[in-house]
Amino acid sequence: MINLIWLLLLVVGIVYAGVQGRIDVVTQSAINGAEGAVALSLKLIGVMCLWLGMMRIAELAGVLRCFARLLSPLICFLFPSVPKNHPAMGAIIMTLSANMLGMGNAVTPLGIKAMQALQELNPKKDTASDGMCTLLALCTAGFTLIPGTIIAIRSAAGSVNPTEIVGPTLMVSFMATITVILADRICRIIYNVRMRR
Amino acid sequence: MFTALSEQLSMWAIPAILLAIPVIGYFRRVNVYEAFVDGATEGFYTAIRIMPFLVAMMVAINIFRASGAMDVGIEYAKPMLVFLGVPPDVVPLAMMRPLSGTGSLGMATELLNTHGPDSMVGRIASTILGSTDTTFYILTVYFGAIGISKPRYSVCVGLLGDMIGCIGSIYICHQLFK
Repeated sequence: MINLIWLLLLVVGIVYAGVQGRIDVVTQSAINGAEGAVALSLKLIGVMCLWLGMMRIAELAGVLRCFARLLSPLICFLFPSVPKNHPAMGAIIMTLSANMLGMGNAVTPLGIKAMQALQELNPKKDTASDGMCTLLALCTAGFTLIPGTIIAIRSAAGSVNPTEIVGPTLMVSFMATITVILADRICRIIYNVRMRR
Repeated sequence: MFTALSEQLSMWAIPAILLAIPVIGYFRRVNVYEAFVDGATEGFYTAIRIMPFLVAMMVAINIFRASGAMDVGIEYAKPMLVFLGVPPDVVPLAMMRPLSGTGSLGMATELLNTHGPDSMVGRIASTILGSTDTTFYILTVYFGAIGISKPRYSVCVGLLGDMIGCIGSIYICHQLFK
């Protein structure tokens, strides 16, 4: 699936630019993309170090275990394949809470940390496990309580009431999250039945 | 009132966490400095490991965007979308959202500036931006960091979430703001 999407983006982009006689933009945008990706990763190094450093302290202090115990019924329901008291649980909770609080660049390091913890439980290291798919689905649905960036660009654009979209955003996020959880469950069942055959 | 409160809350959330974790750690007898450095080292290597995945994804997305192929796709899809009640100005944003975070933020800002943040288009654009996330970025970074090359069904589920986010934003904004 991801192979096909990637190939499609490349082929359609290059062929279309060629047909339109704008083949010159391809080279430039390819180089820009590559450089932009490196710049982004370099920028990520800083926040990754900051948040994973903080996470290590929280882990050693037992803060994560404490959170995990409090919220374990919910996480057990969403991630049935993760055993209780496994470190993945604390990491998943931190990711989802950072996401909800709209902590922007703190979410990525925490999400990766959670994925690494899930990878320890994964029997096939190159294939996403059930738990990874669920976590990814929840993150891409992006359930956010305070959409800080949007409130900021709205007030910058001179809105009379920049926070009026918080209500609708919550409703839509909630809807999307429920849909994604259901879709994830259904796909998991279909996939696992097909695998067993 | 609510604006001030949510601004204060987002302003205080991160400093509060940065204060609380080391203090709790210290009282729980953790060597806070060493623990931080240990975790940060891990963060450094992870960030480097993501780089090739990001390069692959961003090159493809950039070429696709710059070629103008996306604009043509939107042109073709427009009549059907307008028929379904989707404002045509929002369509490029909805298609950009899963591909590029900065791209969609830029598009949304432009929509807010041209239509006004308190117009229907402005509200829908804001809600779409708030209730969806950059699926391909998350997929690339999260799975890249742990070396997953077969994401199974998660791409479809992620894109479904974005679609519901867009459709839901349009529907709910039409219901709430008359």
